[in-house]
Amino acid sequence: MEKNETTASAQILDTQKNVQEPPKLKKDPREKLYKPKGRPLILASSPFSQTKDSVPKIMWFVSLALSPTIICSVIFFGIRSIYMISTSILAALVTEFVITRLRKQPDTLSDGSAFLTGLLLALTLPPTFPISGCILGSVFAIFIGKQLFGGLGCNIFNPALLGRAFLQASFPVKMTTWTLPRFADIHTYSGVTSADAITGATPLGLFKYENIVTDLKPLFLGNVGGSLGETSALALLIGGIFLLMMRHADWRIPVGFLGSVAFFGGIFWLVDSTAYPSPLFHLLSGGLLLGAFFMATDMVTSPITIKGTWIYSIGAGILLVIIRLFGGLPEGVMYSILIMNGLTPLINRYTRPKFFGEARA
Amino acid sequence: MNLIVIFISAAIVNNFVLSQFLGICPFVGVSKRLDSAVSMGMAVTFVMTITAVVTWLIYHLLLVPYNLEILQYVSFILVIASLVQLVEMFIRKVSKPLYDSLGIFLPLITTNCAILGLALISVLRNYSFMESLIYSIGAGAGFTLALVIMAGIREELELADVPKQFQGAAITMIIAGSLALAFMGFAGLI
Repeated sequence: MEKNETTASAQILDTQKNVQEPPKLKKDPREKLYKPKGRPLILASSPFSQTKDSVPKIMWFVSLALSPTIICSVIFFGIRSIYMISTSILAALVTEFVITRLRKQPDTLSDGSAFLTGLLLALTLPPTFPISGCILGSVFAIFIGKQLFGGLGCNIFNPALLGRAFLQASFPVKMTTWTLPRFADIHTYSGVTSADAITGATPLGLFKYENIVTDLKPLFLGNVGGSLGETSALALLIGGIFLLMMRHADWRIPVGFLGSVAFFGGIFWLVDSTAYPSPLFHLLSGGLLLGAFFMATDMVTSPITIKGTWIYSIGAGILLVIIRLFGGLPEGVMYSILIMNGLTPLINRYTRPKFFGEARA
Repeated sequence: MNLIVIFISAAIVNNFVLSQFLGICPFVGVSKRLDSAVSMGMAVTFVMTITAVVTWLIYHLLLVPYNLEILQYVSFILVIASLVQLVEMFIRKVSKPLYDSLGIFLPLITTNCAILGLALISVLRNYSFMESLIYSIGAGAGFTLALVIMAGIREELELADVPKQFQGAAITMIIAGSLALAFMGFAGLI
């Protein structure tokens, strides 16, 4: 900058010998004091550390982190999963568009939050779920779950999970009708005598109702029955670790959630290893990884304090173990996260950091 | 063990507000502020517990021996109404601001279906005295829990840009529905 100016002024001096003053006087010479390195002057109160993250960036990164899971769902459940995912996303986007237009608010389609909600909702649905049901769930998630609470940032419950809970309550049979993935092999289920026993059951359901333990290897790869996006632990781990490395999700939530499930599930397993599944089975089966990495970490619906985050994640883990082991349903990730979402305002309130020197009330 | 099961069932699994939909009016009316919600929960729990004790005694020592079960509604309502009078006088004497913040919903505990429902369900299920007592404490705890969760959420939503048409009771009902959806996860726990 400076060099260019001097050469420019030198050229000018060459052409017009008489001109003494440099032509750049219009610019305030003190500029570099308050405008270091070409950045504008920022006058603001605390916090002073700035982040380059924005809502759209985080949302699209989370969607990107889900791409291995989408690929796995196509591999295991066929092209139908693409139809379901795209319909669900489209319905979410259309709902968001219509409501922001009705409320005369700025367009929020490009921030990716509605896209992500539709995507997450589709990934939690069973592979045979009707397409019209996907649309219904997406509309419910965006309209009731998000926009009625005031849009992004104000929703109390995770919209995708609320949509799924709505579908679960409305279509309980359709939501628990599972098909096996294409490459499923009866021999991967140890102790199964007939094919009928495994047709249409998730590993957790098999354990709960038939007391059959699924081998860990198909569980890890995803070659088992289940929702579109929850079967492959490998794909979810890749996406989840990517998300944590990019710091778009708070690492405390998956660590606390998975850790408490392993810990409390492990205690029951140590007490009676035939009646209760091993901690590793707990971690790899069902929607736990999907929930822990992609749903519980939702910044809007999780606590903002560090202490609160631990309470939230460990509480969700305890609730999940209780529902899985003693509840009527084989799986409870959705419910445990939703209940902790509901408790989040209270957690925030009671874990508010004290000012230094504040007297105890 | 049986008593623990009854307690957890009343407080969480068959939560009076969120899965049996009893006592919705104070749940919607007094859940605006957390502190008044806690006091309301306490008041309802107190009335519930005493109601369970007194109605059990009345039913089993007075109505059943004289074959007067037909009078259970009348006598139960009478018990509840006089208990609410007691609580009202007590709160008015002890804390006038609390009395004002609870407003009409304090005398309305009398007609709170959760309390009459509790007394009738205890009779229906043939609970013993102890069971009936634990059941009422569990129901009160569950009611307070639901009210406190709701108040926390509503305080949080005060800053939210809820559409005008849905402010107030409408969004409260939607939150209640969402919470009920979440509490469905406990179904079949016990």
